[in-house]
Amino acid sequence: MNDIFGPLWAPYVGYILVGLVIITLVVVMAVISIYLERKIAAFMQMRLGPMRVGKWGTLQAFADVFKLMLKESLTPAQADKQLFHIAPYLVLTVSFLAFAPIAFSPTLQLWDMNIGVLYITSISSVGVIGILMAGWSSNNKYSLLGAMRSGAQIVSYELSAGIAILTIVMMSGSLSVSGIIQSQADGWWIFKGHIPAIIAFVIFAIASTAELNRAPFDLAEAEQELTAGFHTEYSGMQFAMFFLAEYTNMFIVSMLGTTLFLGGWMPLHIANWETFNHLMDKIPPFLWFFGKVFISLFMIIWFRWTFPRLRIDQLLKLEWKYLLPIGMVNLVIGAIVTWLGWIF
Amino acid sequence: MNMEQHIESHIIQSSDDEFIINVGPQHPSTHGVLHLQLKLDGEKIVDLRPFLGYIHRGIEKMSESLTYKQFIYLTSRMDYLSAHINNQACCLVIEKGLQTEVPERAKVIRTLMAELTRLASHQLWWGSTGLDMGAVSPFFYAFREREMILEIFEETCGSRLTMNYCVPGGVMNDIHPDFVRKVKQLIKQFRENIHEYDELLTGNPIFQSRTQGIGYLSKEDAIALSCSGPVARASGISCDVRKKNPYDAYDRVSFDEIIATEGDCFARYRVRLEEMKQSMNIIEQLIDNIPTGEYRTKIKGIIKLPVGEYYQRVETARGELGVYLVSDGSNKPYRIKFRTPNFSNLGALKPMSLGGKIGDLVAIMASLDLIIPDIDR
Repeated sequence: MNDIFGPLWAPYVGYILVGLVIITLVVVMAVISIYLERKIAAFMQMRLGPMRVGKWGTLQAFADVFKLMLKESLTPAQADKQLFHIAPYLVLTVSFLAFAPIAFSPTLQLWDMNIGVLYITSISSVGVIGILMAGWSSNNKYSLLGAMRSGAQIVSYELSAGIAILTIVMMSGSLSVSGIIQSQADGWWIFKGHIPAIIAFVIFAIASTAELNRAPFDLAEAEQELTAGFHTEYSGMQFAMFFLAEYTNMFIVSMLGTTLFLGGWMPLHIANWETFNHLMDKIPPFLWFFGKVFISLFMIIWFRWTFPRLRIDQLLKLEWKYLLPIGMVNLVIGAIVTWLGWIF
Repeated sequence: MNMEQHIESHIIQSSDDEFIINVGPQHPSTHGVLHLQLKLDGEKIVDLRPFLGYIHRGIEKMSESLTYKQFIYLTSRMDYLSAHINNQACCLVIEKGLQTEVPERAKVIRTLMAELTRLASHQLWWGSTGLDMGAVSPFFYAFREREMILEIFEETCGSRLTMNYCVPGGVMNDIHPDFVRKVKQLIKQFRENIHEYDELLTGNPIFQSRTQGIGYLSKEDAIALSCSGPVARASGISCDVRKKNPYDAYDRVSFDEIIATEGDCFARYRVRLEEMKQSMNIIEQLIDNIPTGEYRTKIKGIIKLPVGEYYQRVETARGELGVYLVSDGSNKPYRIKFRTPNFSNLGALKPMSLGGKIGDLVAIMASLDLIIPDIDR
C-alpha cells in the first residue's frame, strides 16, 4: 500500500482521482441537464414536465437511468456483434476524452496542454466513427440511413466549426485553453473581437448544434422519418450510452464556446465600473464558468424546442453554400483586424 | 394466379443501386397502421406502394347485420376525428329514405357540432404537422384549444371523440345550458391565439422551405385521382360539398370556400389554416341564432326504409364522404358503401412523392392528413 501512496506513484494516482472526479461531475451534470431540458421543454409547451419522482420531479432523470440499467440490452440476430457492442462505448469514451483540457476554474484543469483546442476538435470528430459503426452493424436500413446522414452532416459542419474556432485562436495567438482564457482577462472575445468574433460565434453556434445531431439538425435520428436513426436497434444501457454521450457532447460544445468566446471562468468586467468589477470578482470562477455553460446549454435546448427539422439537402446546402464561405471571409477579416491591432 | 403469386407480383423488386425500405405498419409518421413500401436510391424515392388492410374491420359488411339505428355508430370508428360528421351523413341518408323533416333546432345544432369537429380535427392536424416536421412544441399549442372543444363535446353528449350525438330525426339530446357561452369563449380565445400558429410554423423559414414546392399535385391529377377536401382545393378545384350540396344548416350561413392554386404542401397547409377561420365564421353566425323548438322528431322504434337506393354526401374535415345505401325494405340495410375521402386522397401520395426525399414524404403525408381507419374501414 505504501508504494501506491509513495512519491513515485503519487502523480498517477492523482491523475486517476482527478479524472474520476471529472467523469463523475460530467455524468451528474448530464443527468441534471436531462432534467433541465425536460423542464424547459415543458414550460415552453405549457405543461409541468416531470412532477412525480421526487420534489418537482427532480429524481426523474435518475429514475430513468436506473430503469435503463435494469433493462436488457438486445442485440439483433443478424448484427455484426463486435462492432455493435463497441460503438456505444466508443462514442461515450470519445466524449469523455474531450474534457481533458477544459479549464473549469484557474486551478481545476486536468491537462493543460499547449494544443488544447486542437485536441478537443480532433478528438470529438472521432465520435462519428462510433455512430457509423452503430448504424452499419445494426443491420437495419433505418440505422444505416441515419448513420450515413450523420456522417455527412458531422464531417461537413466540422469545417465551419473549425474555422470559427480558428478565428479566435488567431486573435488570441494561442491554442492552449488556459492561454485563450488568459487572453480574455481584459474583455471577452465576443466583446473585444468586434464583428469577426460575433460572426464566428454565430457560425460556431450553428455548426456545433449540427455536430451534436440536435434539432433542428437531428436528421441522424429524425424520429418521424427514421424512427430513431442510428440507435434504432439499441436498448438498455447501450442506448443510455448514446443518450449520455449526446448530453456530454452538449457540455463539451458549451464549454468550448464559453472558453473561446465568453471568457471561460473570467468574471464579467466593464471598463471604469470599479465597484461593479470588484463585486464580480467576488463570485468564484467556477460559478462563472458553469453559469456561462448553462446559458449556452439553454440556447441549445431553446433551438431544439422551437425549430422544425431541415431536410438533408437543405442541411448540406446551408453548410457548403452559406456557412463555409462566410466563415472563410470572416477568417480573413479577422486576420486583418488582428494584424492591424484593432482589438482593445 | 394463386394468392401468393398475386401478393408476390405487388412487391416492389429492386436492382443493386436501390434498396427497399418498409415504412410502417408501425411507424411514427404514418399516424396509424399504414404500410408503405419505398424503393430508395440513396435518399431519393424511386417507387412507392401503399399496403392497406391492417385495420380493416369490415364496417360495411357489419352494417348489413345491424339495424338502421345501430350501424350509424360504427361509422364513428372510420374517420375518428370527424366522428360526428360521419354520423351526420348516415342520419341524413336515413332521413332521406324516410322523408322525415328534421327540426330547425336540430339542424343548427348538428351544423355547429360538425364545425366544432372540423376545428378540432384541423387543430390536431396542425399539431401533428409540426411534429412530423420535427417541431414538437406546436403539438401542445394545438391541443390547448382542442381540449376546450372536447370539453364542450363531453358536456353536451358525454363523450369526447366518438360522440354518437346524431340520431335519425335530430340529435340525441338537447345542448347543455352552458353550450353557447363555452363556444363563444372558445371562439374568442382561438381568435386571440391563432396568430401563434403563424408565428410557430407558417412564418418559419425552415418550415416554408420544407413545404413550398414540395409534393406538387396538378389540378388534372387531383381530378383524375378523385381527391377531395383541402387536398383538392389546394390544387385549385372547387369541391366543397357544403357549398355545392348544402345539407342541414349550411344553406343559411355565408362562408368562403378556400381555394389555392399552387398545389404544394404549403398550399394545403394554408387552405386548412384558412378553413379553421371559416369554421369559426360559421359558428359565430349560428351560435346566436339557435332556433327554439324540438331537437328531435319522433321516429318509430324500428326503422324500415322503402325499397330503393339512397346517397348522401357530406364534407368531413378531410374531404367528401359519400354514403350509398341500398334498402330491400327490411329493418336492416341491404348494402352500404362508403366513399371515404382518405382512401381517394391516398392515391395522390405516389405522384406527389416520387423523386422526393424521405423528408419530403413525411411532409407530404402530413399535408394529406391521412386517417388510416378511414382508408381500411
